[in-house]
This record gives sequence, C-alpha cells and structure tokens, in this order.
Amino acid sequence: MAVVTLTINDHLVSAEDHQTLLDAAKAADAPLPTLCQLDGVSDVAACRLCLVEIDGSPKLQPACMTPVAEGLSVRTDTQRLRDYRRMIVELLFAERNHVCAVCVLNGHCELQDLAIEVGIDHVRYEYLHPHVGVDVSHAQFGIDDNRCVLCTRCVRVCEEVEGAATRDVMGRGTNCRIISDLNVPWGQADSCTSCGKCVMACPTGALFTQGATTAEMEKDRSKLSYIVRAREEHQWVR
Amino acid sequence: MAETITIEPVTRLEGHAKITVHLDDAGRVDEARFHIAEFRGFEKFCEGRPLGEMAGITARICGICPVSHLLASSKAGDAILGVPVPPAAEKLRRLMNLGQLIQSHALSFFHLSSPDLVFGMDSDPLKRNVFGIMQAHPDVARAGIRLRQFGQEMIELLGGQKVHPAWTVPGGVREPLTEEGRQRVLAWLPEARETTDLALALFKGLLDKYAPEAEVFGNFRSLFMSLVADDGEWEHYGGKVRIVDSDGNTIADKLDEADYQEYIAEAVESWSYLKFPYYRPLGYPEGMYRVGPLARLNTCTHMGTPRADGELLEYRDRVGTNGIVTSSLMYHYARLVEIMAGIERVERLVNDPDVLSSRVRVDAGINNLEGVGVSEAPRGTLFHHYKVDENGVIRKANLIVATGHNNLAMNRTVSQIAKHYIDGPGIPDGALNRIEAGTRCYDPCLSCSTHAVGKMPLHVTLLDAGGNVVDEARRE
Repeated sequence: MAVVTLTINDHLVSAEDHQTLLDAAKAADAPLPTLCQLDGVSDVAACRLCLVEIDGSPKLQPACMTPVAEGLSVRTDTQRLRDYRRMIVELLFAERNHVCAVCVLNGHCELQDLAIEVGIDHVRYEYLHPHVGVDVSHAQFGIDDNRCVLCTRCVRVCEEVEGAATRDVMGRGTNCRIISDLNVPWGQADSCTSCGKCVMACPTGALFTQGATTAEMEKDRSKLSYIVRAREEHQWVR
Repeated sequence: MAETITIEPVTRLEGHAKITVHLDDAGRVDEARFHIAEFRGFEKFCEGRPLGEMAGITARICGICPVSHLLASSKAGDAILGVPVPPAAEKLRRLMNLGQLIQSHALSFFHLSSPDLVFGMDSDPLKRNVFGIMQAHPDVARAGIRLRQFGQEMIELLGGQKVHPAWTVPGGVREPLTEEGRQRVLAWLPEARETTDLALALFKGLLDKYAPEAEVFGNFRSLFMSLVADDGEWEHYGGKVRIVDSDGNTIADKLDEADYQEYIAEAVESWSYLKFPYYRPLGYPEGMYRVGPLARLNTCTHMGTPRADGELLEYRDRVGTNGIVTSSLMYHYARLVEIMAGIERVERLVNDPDVLSSRVRVDAGINNLEGVGVSEAPRGTLFHHYKVDENGVIRKANLIVATGHNNLAMNRTVSQIAKHYIDGPGIPDGALNRIEAGTRCYDPCLSCSTHAVGKMPLHVTLLDAGGNVVDEARRE
C-alpha cells in the first residue's frame, strides 16, 4: 500500500493509493454530499452530487469513482459546484411527488437533509407530478415510487449483500422505475427473502415498513456495513 | 326592488366564507346564505395511499383540530385491521382528544368570540378583536391564551408536537405518556380550572345583556346529534350516536357509526362548496340537525364529573327548556361547560396508571376492506369512512366533519339574524356584526368542512331581485 499526496481546496493531504477522492475529501475534513453512495456496496456515480473540479481537467469528476493520484489538485466547494448540486437536488424533487409533511421518513430522510445542506428554499423547476403508484403487496414492506430518487442502492444491496437480486431497474428517463423480479408485485417476487436490507439502504421514504406513519421511520444503515465487514474481513464490530 | 347584501370576508372563523343576504321587493330579508368558498379535495388525493398513512395525511386537513382527524382516521383503521386497541391506548387517545377540546374551545371563546361578547356587537371593530381584549382585560386575555397553551402542551407531551402529531395510528398509539409529562399536566390543572371558572362567570354575567340576541341567534327547533356513552353520559371519543329533538325526545339511539349512511344523507347546493348533511329519515331540509357542544349537552344525560355535572344542571336551568337548549348563542356557554368536563376528565386519566403503560399498539394486517371511524371533534361529530383493497391501499375515502353537519343550521342562523336586524333598504349598523357573530357561535372550521385551505375573510353583498349588487360591505 502506497501513500500519495494531493491538494484538496489548497490543503496538502495524504491518502492511500486505493482510496477515492470521496474518501480523501472526507479524511481531509471536506466531506462531499452524496446520495447513491452507500458503505458496503459498489459505487455507481449515479447521483452526481459528489462532483469535484480537478485542475487541468475540463470535466467535473464524481469523487466516489475517481481514485486519488499523486499531485492532483482538487476543489470540492466552488460556486459552480454548489450551483450544480442545488440544481440536481431541485430536479430530484421536481421529478416525483415528495410530500415531506406526511412522509414516513420526515425528519430522518437523506434527500431532505441534502435539500437543507445545499440551501433549497424553493424549487425553480416545474413539478412533473407523475402518476406513480404504491406497491404494498409485500407482507412487511412497501415501495412508494413517488418518493424514489433512483439511486439504486436497493438494487445493489439486494444483489451484492443479500445475494437475492430481486430488485432491478426498468424503463428510461422519467419512466424509469425500480421493479421486483420481472416487474411483478413485490409480494409475488419469489426471489425476495424479506430480509429488509433494501428498506434499510433506501435514503428516502420510498422503501418503508408497512404500517409506519408520518415521520415514524429511522433507517440504521450501519447494519449493512456491519454485515459486509463481518463477511469480508471476519470482524464483527459495529 | 329586491337586493342582496354580501359580507365577505367573514372574519374570526377558521377558513374562507362569505354571507349573502337576499332582500325581496319590499326590502325585507327573504333569506341569507353562508357560502363556503374553499375547495381542497382530500378525499380524492388520499386514494392510492396506504392505510397506515391516512391518519397523518388527514390530520393535515386542519391545524386547529388535527387530533380529531387523527382519532377518526385511526378508528377507521382499527375497524379495517379488525382489532380492539389496548385499553391504555384508548385512554391515551382520550387524553389527547381532551387536550384538543380544551385548546380549541379556549381559542373559540377567548380569541375569536370574547371580543363580540365583552365589547358588544355594536362596538368599534378596530377594538373588537383579541388585541382589544388584551388592552382592556389583560388578565382575561392572558388566562385564555394560557388555557389554550395547556391543551396544546398536552397534545405535545403525548404526540411530540402541538400541531399534526401523527401519534394515533390504526391499532393504538405510538408512545405512552411519560411520568415527567404526567407531572406537567397535573401542575397545569389548578390554573386551567381557575381560568374556566373565570370564563364561566364572565359568560353567565352577560346572559341578561345578550337575552335579545339569544332569542334570534340560531334559536329554532332542530335535531341534535352526538356520541353518548351507554348510560347516556357525555362522550367525546367512544359510545354510540344519539339523536334528540328540541323537546328532548330521543329520536334515535345507539346508532352504529358503521351505518352512518342509513341515517345521514348529504345534499349539495350550487352556491357552496360545503355539502348539507341531513337526518335521512326526515328528508332535506327538514332533517336539519346540530352537532358540537350545544348538541352534546342536549343529547347526554349527565357529564360524569362533579363540577361539570353541576354546571350542566345550572346551564339547563338558566338557558334551557325541559333540559334542551335551542339557541345557538349558547354554544359559547356549552363550550365552557365542556372545558370544565375536559379538565376533570384529564385529571382522572392522568391519575390512571394505564397511561404510562407501554402496551399501547397492536399489530395486525388487513382484515376488513371497509371501516368507519367516529370521534367528537370540538365542533361536533366527525366521521371517516375508508374502503381499501386487500393490501390496504385506499380505494375510497369519505369524511363528514362537524361544520358540515351544522351547515343547514348555520344558514338558518344567518337568515334568522338577518331577518331580525335588516328591514331594508339599507344595512343598519351592527347588523353585519351580528350576522358574523352568529356564525361564530358554531366556531365553524371551513378548512375542515371542505377539507380545504386558508384563512377566513368576510364579504356581505346586498342583491336586488334581478341579481344586481345594490350594497356591499367588505372586511379585510
């Protein structure tokens, strides 16, 4: 394992060469906003919230997928980045029907926290108000597409941690949906083990426990990294 | 030439409304109408949502009485789950409903209506508001505000927040009361009782002054409907529906909420967003009935707590005939008797060890595809009726709220007052104030009744027989 030195926001920092810019920024006390990233599962760079500026590169790069390198000079908090981040979160709100006031995850929602973090006081884009449904055919859990941001954490955790691969993505653009098996009601998905990992992984109230009412749910995502560490490193520590 | 007077906006109510007074060719009042100008559509957009969310969503209908919707919704949910809730959960739900009854009644009496009563219907409108009361009678204003605070704090101690606490759920409640919360409620009780005594003395002292208004402020024969306990005791959460007439005869008793469509029907008028429910066997509009504090004190045989029982006897003795009070002005008096009953019941409940029990919620699946829940909101009987699919997704929702039940009676009231005080062709001073004050007797919540949004202004128009506006009075 080698150590590299790079610059983050004009500060020299050291990082291990297998780390990403996201890890290095976090260690350097310059944490980046994320939504699709989840400890314990692979990264997909879908949400684009962790984009950073790298000197010498005309393109913005997702920190979660960019490895550290000797001599890199990275900026994580410029006005351009702040504008894009706010725009991304506004578009997420405009794309589906997020009604925080009556959501099961109100007060404990990563999307809501992000909106506060990036300074959203209103959404500048026209809401699409798509007509999307709720699937509560599963005995314990439900999925409300109105609140889904298509981060695919549920898809990855189901395949990579539980090994069931019940969840997948169907359709394109605004018609994109998370599905169970070959687009059957969740309660009829034979591959589902009802483990609930997808519910824990979901950053919003899209995946929820049946019977939960307004602001009643909290999600303990540390259980997922606990399972992964236990399996891969044989360390049972939380 | 016939005319119509319009009062718009109507102030010191919860919601948006206008009143029109229609005059005939001789300039006499033909009729007056209370128009509800809001539309919200909760029943429609609840379709497709999971049952478990309904309490939290429907609570948003109203910021004054979210608890009523929480309770009616949760009871409808209990019926769909097909399970009785734990005894502790029922006691806790009752406790929260009493907190709301106290705060809402305090708001109605002290903040909204006391300016009319204390300063008089003809007084300067600039002073005739809660700020005027603060200036002229700071002790009364402070006591009233604190009484409301007591009720709100009880709601917060149980549900974690004063407004829209999604704490009651199908199957029970989320959390019990804590010992610390219990002590806080107990500490409030002496002051709350003292304030209620003050308000009762204040209102009783005004009875003679307002005797002429009592004769015409919604003083007519009608039916009265509310929940009562098995033995006829005053109820606010459980029991069955009882309907009595103005002579005190019980017209119908022990009616099940699930059968509400057999005894309640709803009519629609083109000039209001609020439907006109009526007692089905008597037809429309003869089946007019009133709900709320006045009705509850007419349907019950006793209050069930010592001070309130004493107040009920005095109330019936002073303003009733054969135990029935027919003037809607006495809604104010009835509200105060109910606050006293609420405080006594709160004391009884917080001293019950069950309210600290952790067995407060049962878990069950969907066992019925339909359920009706009922509770007594501060303004009267509230029904929530849901139909769900086998997964518990709402297919149809129907809500009948207190202000809706009172719609016919409120219209009759504004007509009665207008006929008494307006004799054409102009609008005499104080007439509009009295018409507005007449609607305030019912403490109407228009946001609830149309399941709609907003605050409440008042606008009166005087129209001639040809529909032309002859005179107009507007209050912003």
